[in-house]
Amino acid sequence: MLAFVLFAIITVVGTWGELCLGRAMKQTGELERLHPGHAASLLWRALRVKWIWIGVAMMAIAFFSLLLLLSFEEVSFVVPVTALSYLVGAIGGTFFLGEKVSLQRWLGILLVCIGVTIVVIAK
Amino acid sequence: MHNRLHFKTFILIAIMVIAGPIGNLLLSKGMKQLGPIQYWPPSELLGVFVRVFSSWTIWIGIASLIAFVVSFMLALSVADYSYVQPAAAVGYLVIAVLGVLVLGEKVSPLHWAGIVVICLGVSFIRGTNPRTTETSN
Repeated sequence: MLAFVLFAIITVVGTWGELCLGRAMKQTGELERLHPGHAASLLWRALRVKWIWIGVAMMAIAFFSLLLLLSFEEVSFVVPVTALSYLVGAIGGTFFLGEKVSLQRWLGILLVCIGVTIVVIAK
Repeated sequence: MHNRLHFKTFILIAIMVIAGPIGNLLLSKGMKQLGPIQYWPPSELLGVFVRVFSSWTIWIGIASLIAFVVSFMLALSVADYSYVQPAAAVGYLVIAVLGVLVLGEKVSPLHWAGIVVICLGVSFIRGTNPRTTETSN
């Protein structure tokens, strides 16, 4: 039971932490040009958006859950996380960030999930 | 304008998928070079710290991982999360190529087949508009 709770935390909270980074960056504004100075000032402004810190906290929780889970489960138990995180990401992108995931992008994400699963099985 | 958006997104994701795997590779290489690590007594641990941070391999690994995080955040400022996250799965190709070229590892046909499916999926994603939300400014 604990294993499945931790599994869910790693998948959902970990990916949602990244989604929070996405939310923060959308709030901060777009990198206009690929210029180091622009990039630095954009990142500096992003550090003052609360979503960055919520995201970092969530990713830290997911990381420690992973360490805890690996202390009593095999790595193979954790492996589906990598494939499922793409689905969580697309769902979160849609409902949390207001992105419009078109049919073509859904198909692409599905293929990525299948491909990642094959790579993981092949190892 | 659209082309510029595609170009910026492409460059930032390219940095992500190259810097991430290289960073992980260098860190693991650097840590293995240190040999077995003793955590006790505390004076041993201090010695470990000194050895870790006097390794160039580890410093370059850390710099690569910082480049990964920075380009990830910048990519998210430009494009959708639901675009950047799956597109960055091209990293699996980079990891396999690094494994073959640098570590001399063998990659099985099934493994390559999975990578082909990933790349096919990413090419689908690249055909979509990188950003579907308004920016705040």
